[in-house]
Amino acid sequence: MERFTTEKVDGDSEILTINMGPSHPSTHGVLRVVLQLDGETVVKATPHVGYLHRGMEKIAENKTYHQFIPYTDRFDYLAPLSNNVGYVLAVEKLLGIEIPPRGQFLRIMICELSRIAAHLVFVGTMALDIGAGTVFFLSFQQREYLYDIFEKLTGARFTNSYTRVGGVARDIPDGWIEMVRKFISTLPKEIDDYDRLLTRNRIWLGRTQNVGVISADDAKDFGLTGPNLRGSGVEYDVRRAFPYTGYENFDFEIPTGTVGDAYDRYLVRMEEMRQSVRIMRQALSRLPDGPVSADAPKIFLPQKEKVLTKMEELIHHFILITESFDAPEGEVYNSIEAPKGELGFYIVSKGGKSPYRLRIRSPSFNNLQALPKILVGRLYSDAVATIASLDPVLGEVDR
Amino acid sequence: MGDLHEYLEQLKKKIPDSVFGTGTFQGQDYAVVRAEKIADICRFFKDELGFDFLTDVTAAHFPDEEYQFEVIYHLYSFSKNERVRLKTKLREGEEAQTVTSVWRSANWNEREAYDMFGIVFTGHPDLRRILMPEEYDEFPLRKDFPMKGR
Repeated sequence: MERFTTEKVDGDSEILTINMGPSHPSTHGVLRVVLQLDGETVVKATPHVGYLHRGMEKIAENKTYHQFIPYTDRFDYLAPLSNNVGYVLAVEKLLGIEIPPRGQFLRIMICELSRIAAHLVFVGTMALDIGAGTVFFLSFQQREYLYDIFEKLTGARFTNSYTRVGGVARDIPDGWIEMVRKFISTLPKEIDDYDRLLTRNRIWLGRTQNVGVISADDAKDFGLTGPNLRGSGVEYDVRRAFPYTGYENFDFEIPTGTVGDAYDRYLVRMEEMRQSVRIMRQALSRLPDGPVSADAPKIFLPQKEKVLTKMEELIHHFILITESFDAPEGEVYNSIEAPKGELGFYIVSKGGKSPYRLRIRSPSFNNLQALPKILVGRLYSDAVATIASLDPVLGEVDR
Repeated sequence: MGDLHEYLEQLKKKIPDSVFGTGTFQGQDYAVVRAEKIADICRFFKDELGFDFLTDVTAAHFPDEEYQFEVIYHLYSFSKNERVRLKTKLREGEEAQTVTSVWRSANWNEREAYDMFGIVFTGHPDLRRILMPEEYDEFPLRKDFPMKGR
């Protein structure tokens, strides 16, 4: 493809068409946007997505419910644990099972830690895109500590696949709680550092204030969710609207913006990290004892020690591994507040071991829809700041 | 899920013969509504009942049934804090009506349903493939499309 073309309009004015992406450092993945410029002003923007399409929904129809869990890591790959939780909650809704309090607390903790991890990437990369490189190194350092925490808990740094239908893979290992305590005690100071570097920085204000403005009505109309919707002043958070896995027992605030510009979306995410720390503190102080997984031997894998010594557990293990479990006939929609917004799963089951249809309602897909509207009439250089402030993850857009 | 049945009674008064049936599973209700009226029905849900947010539009393929395709709409109301699920059923070759005039977010969702299932949404402003390449001529989420691809 040609890198750019020009065409004459109205005799003297010229429209320049340039291609941004799919491999461009500021598109955070493989987003391609074709921009038409009049001078430096964008007159039309057309996003092209699908470069990372792997057919997740088709794959789900051909896998058992448990086999699909590793694929969920690869939607929003900046917060795999959050996707894991969202998916198994939908399957558990279909099966009608609930997990014990300790398991629920653990799920809340990993959801909030992944929210912090995802927002750390956001603040680092957005600052880098706008030209403030320092924040990137600071926030990625913190993210590195988080990945150590994930590694200790799940055995993997990136693709965690930690949850199971009916619980989580394993209980908290020794020393993990101390690691988390240490991390959440130092993180607020780090966030204050980013605050000092950016929030009142003149260049930052100039690059983000009144850039990429989305009104509250537009945000609703375009189906935005998550920090992008809240940045426009709409207080909608699935954790509050449809509490799941015990969020109703936690105190936290839902930050919202007033203008709906890139700066508001940045502020909302910064505050969300602080609120996540708050939720983590509550979870750690009230963490109950007991099992982490539901007592559902026909769904959840038995403990390995018991498999080797007890006949019944051995049979369940064998059946679950070779055949998996049957789900009832029906259909459910269940969603969670993922770092990027409402991550929903709509499962149609006709009975049997695989979903008949699994729909993934990913937040980034809908969030990107607003892009053509908010880029038009703005400068080309604002496009970078706008895309960064919407914080799309292309693994989730394309699925 | 709110009290869907009450909304449907109101809907029937406004648009007769618009509801075919309802169902429920795990406390979640849904209604099957008339496909040719879906834009009006959605407009009613948005303007009269306050469902101002379209969470999702998607489809499903049932090749053994007379109505091979279902289009599924998930609506949400900020003021009521409720979700509603509406479905329409289509025969092979029948076209669906777009709801982009009601919520602009339907644009990409309907494009994806077209891309994956080949359901044509009449009145859609920009019905192109979205995830698959433009020159591709299969609809991968149909049940007769093999897992390994073609």
